[in-house]
Amino acid sequence: MVTVPSRPVIVALVGILIALAAVPFVGDTYAIKVATRMIVFAIFAMSLDLLLGYTGLVSFGHAAFFGLSAYMLHLYSPEYDAVNLAGALAFCLAVTALAATLIGALVVRTRGIYFIMVTLAFAQMLFYLFHDSPIAGGSDGAYIWVKPALTVGGVMVIDLESRESLFYFALGCLVVCYALIVVVLRSPFGQVIQGIKVNEHRMRALGYDTYRYKLVSFVVSATIAGVAGFLFACIDGFVSPQLLGWRESGIGLVMVILGGMGTLYGSVVGAIAFIGVEEIVRDRNIVGFMSEHWQILMGAFVILVVLLLRNGLTGLLLLIKRRRTANGDGA
Amino acid sequence: MTGPVLAMEGVSKWFGGLYAVRAVSIAFEVGRVDVIIGPNGAGKTTLINLLSGDLLPSAGRIVYRGRDITQLPSHRISRLGIGRSYQITNIFPQFTCTRNVWLAAQSRMKSCMKFFRPAAGYRDVGKRVDRALTLAGLTGRAGELAANISHGEQRQLEIAMLLATEPRVLLLDEPLAGMGPEETENIVALIRQLARDHCIVLIEHDMDAVFAVADHLTVMVNGEVLESGPPEQIRTSATVRQAYLGDELLESGG
Repeated sequence: MVTVPSRPVIVALVGILIALAAVPFVGDTYAIKVATRMIVFAIFAMSLDLLLGYTGLVSFGHAAFFGLSAYMLHLYSPEYDAVNLAGALAFCLAVTALAATLIGALVVRTRGIYFIMVTLAFAQMLFYLFHDSPIAGGSDGAYIWVKPALTVGGVMVIDLESRESLFYFALGCLVVCYALIVVVLRSPFGQVIQGIKVNEHRMRALGYDTYRYKLVSFVVSATIAGVAGFLFACIDGFVSPQLLGWRESGIGLVMVILGGMGTLYGSVVGAIAFIGVEEIVRDRNIVGFMSEHWQILMGAFVILVVLLLRNGLTGLLLLIKRRRTANGDGA
Repeated sequence: MTGPVLAMEGVSKWFGGLYAVRAVSIAFEVGRVDVIIGPNGAGKTTLINLLSGDLLPSAGRIVYRGRDITQLPSHRISRLGIGRSYQITNIFPQFTCTRNVWLAAQSRMKSCMKFFRPAAGYRDVGKRVDRALTLAGLTGRAGELAANISHGEQRQLEIAMLLATEPRVLLLDEPLAGMGPEETENIVALIRQLARDHCIVLIEHDMDAVFAVADHLTVMVNGEVLESGPPEQIRTSATVRQAYLGDELLESGG
């Protein structure tokens, strides 16, 4: 009935959280930046898992909302001043949610392979909107010169200009988004979308207007992707059309599948593993000349995980659990 | 009895040039078990699909409590109080029985656009789930995954889900198929009990069960109503005997 993370999952998540939180104390600026990217993509992958793993909608255009939110931060920020963090975040998410409502109203009418194609098509339309029009630097992309900050009563509380602040702010967002999705999945609404994933026809026969529930799930998911896009724009202070591209959407899907879809924490694990392994295979000191062909190594890693672990990396947790139970029975 | 709750008026359904149901007019009443019988391919399931909104009629009208519901989509019809069970088990296999019935019960909430309070906190829904599981005789299996229970129990689960939506009209498409003798007896008793304040439309092949529950019988052949009336009339009807029932009816101890 309820969707509560089990004990080993909570332990694993707290472990990941502590490990991440420790990065600024032990790592250099580069390590902080990598860890921030892990967090940002964990949020992105989680938002996609809400659609993919819990509603049964395979979106191949989810980066559209990630990138749109990032672009909104650029457009909303004044050139020489720090924009108000709360206001900017609210603005970016509102625009993202609005776009998701408009696009969702059309795409959610389709299903299966058509849903994949139509989400991709809309994402590419947005991609070319930013790529070919002069509103934000066109194909060259654009800069956010001064990053958002939160000032309360004249005192600077959060300044995302600082790498550490951005990192901890992102970590906070990750925790909030995770908790929010868990709460939503346990609610009556969450029960409905999970029912839709398993047997939509039956849900309609039971009296649910499944279209409305799928649409709301789409908008919620896109808005959370918007949180990730907002944070991403703050890492480098640079946005480019590639953020909305199908490659970015594909990476999101790979992260969710790599971690294990329909588990939520799997997306976090998947995103961290993906970026972690990418860092390793691009490092000349570790893989030597192969670092120039890092995509081959990356591909091999993804293929191995998918072939060997049925439920992605989170399948490892299940394996350990099963082995333990087996041993317990033997003793 | 205060006249029909649900009525089909000259309803036809064709697929391409093929009639599945042709010019059928039947009225269903509360307090009565209406059984539809007929050979395979007679259009019985199509009839249920038309009543539940799973299919749209090609011609004719369907009226529910004075309201034309012919063109309504299935989820609206369900919300008006017309619930159905499926001939081929149609459940959520990877959920527990409780959760299957929960989804059914929850559908009667005014809106499920509720995002923050845990679903389990809605006590009234929980009560209806327990009641439906008890009525269908599934209390002992509540925590099992629906995929893991026996075929007969899955049939019971279908009925529990239907009951949890608290319908006025129950459309039952071969609810007894695949059930053991004991469950069959229980479900027949349950149908009799429900018939007091519900309108029940039933498709069934088990002739013993048919004559045990039926207040009114409709015989369909090739998409058309051959004859309609009380069980005694159908049992003794020469046309029906010739067209369909034949020896089977005599054997069943008629």
